[in-house]
Amino acid sequence: MKLIGKLTIFLCGTLLIVFANKFPDFGDPHSPAATHLSPYFIEHTMADTSVPNIVTSVLADYRGYDTMFETTVILAAGLACFFLLRLPEEEEKEIYFRHVPTGVTIRIEECGAAPEDSEVFQRIDSQWVPCDIIIRSTSRLLIPFIQIFALYVVAHGHHSPGGGFQGGVVLGAAVILFAISHNLRTTVAKIGEKSAAIMSAAGVFIYAGTGALCLVLGESFLNYGALAPILGTDRVMARSHGILIVEIGVALAVMSVMIWIYYNLSSAGKQDEGL
Amino acid sequence: MIWQLDLIILVLVIVCAIAAINVKDLLSAAILLGAYSFLLCLLWAIMGAVDVAFTEATVGAGVSTVFCVAAVFHTTRRTTD
Amino acid sequence: MDFLTVLISRANYWAYIILMMIGLYAMIAKNNLVKKIVGMSIFQTAVILFYVSIGAKQGATIPILLHGHAPETGGNLAHAATGHGTAAVQAVNYINPLPHVLMLTAIVVGVATLGVALALAIKVYKEYGTLEENEINQRLRRG
Repeated sequence: MKLIGKLTIFLCGTLLIVFANKFPDFGDPHSPAATHLSPYFIEHTMADTSVPNIVTSVLADYRGYDTMFETTVILAAGLACFFLLRLPEEEEKEIYFRHVPTGVTIRIEECGAAPEDSEVFQRIDSQWVPCDIIIRSTSRLLIPFIQIFALYVVAHGHHSPGGGFQGGVVLGAAVILFAISHNLRTTVAKIGEKSAAIMSAAGVFIYAGTGALCLVLGESFLNYGALAPILGTDRVMARSHGILIVEIGVALAVMSVMIWIYYNLSSAGKQDEGL
Repeated sequence: MIWQLDLIILVLVIVCAIAAINVKDLLSAAILLGAYSFLLCLLWAIMGAVDVAFTEATVGAGVSTVFCVAAVFHTTRRTTD
Repeated sequence: MDFLTVLISRANYWAYIILMMIGLYAMIAKNNLVKKIVGMSIFQTAVILFYVSIGAKQGATIPILLHGHAPETGGNLAHAATGHGTAAVQAVNYINPLPHVLMLTAIVVGVATLGVALALAIKVYKEYGTLEENEINQRLRRG
């Protein structure tokens, strides 16, 4: 296998190097990639959508179909992880508690009477116990700021780098940070698996629904200019607001799919104990 | 674009990639992949692709490293190559 | 030195070829499943490097328009953008945004597929107790 691998990369590498010589010069402003479609996007984005960040306007307006189906792919990946890993809930064989005042760990075997999860008795994981108070306090302080920053990234994507994908991933990362610094059970109690699934579907639905609404209002799919009578603005601002709406949908979908994949991966499908 | 910086980071990226596939421990491979993603994020920022850099920083250096570590946590760190 | 100029002026292209070959080699020749997934990740980023390199433009700035903050005048924003005392937007002055858009979504889809691949690896480990390809093949042959 090693020999086949070396032979393959030698052949492919030689081919690629030979053809790389035919590429246009690096950074050439008149290369074919920079002369056909992108000048239109750069020169007309302000007049068409009034969005200065060209990447955002191309992402959500000019190439809206592409982004819609990318979001669907992300939802499909979340579903695939769920179907691959999720196990049916079963009675746990052994559970562990910590008696907080004394620091004694109690193991409760099958059919034993478990105490209530309270200040005195704290349920702990059997494999890995994150109990460092410094990490917990620091992440508790940080998480609200991370979430506010993520909302800023989503909302300010028109004028600065950012948008639905980045903001959604940052929001998901905040929840993952909470899950790592506390434990998975606490996180699942706050944002359940079912609500993650519903939110990821809702994100894709917001995106596709905006497109369908444009269709109902008598224009082509995802042409946000049709929303102008509903939003009470002219067509250019309506396209700008339409971009914001679909970015929110993307952020919702990406956030909840990241959380969902993390739940399934970190607990190998059981969703009670994990990283 | 500053081509000296570009060259240094390209070399570091290649070193990180070779290290990530040759290291004998899967947890180290996951962490090296995170470092690799972060260097790429710097490279995108140098080349002016700020949105791509932002995405790479959040996704590549953040979430994908966590996914890899979670998978290694539930499987094994052992590897023969 | 003509060779050296070619080497440096196209460093990004050579780097993308090297990274792509590293990823391909890891996917073909490595024995461990997680190593193969790491190789897949490297291959993906090599493609992204290629696209972003195509989009680069000498002497251009990031693809966010200057003077973008038009005053909130509602109806005549389009007018405000062009009549704000600035020259019309020239495509030569801004980096090609199209590859960035394609690659931005590709990165996020990449992490989602990475999650699926790792889920498969966990499933294989639960079934066979190993991540090494040759050991899995042995167990499959034994039945």
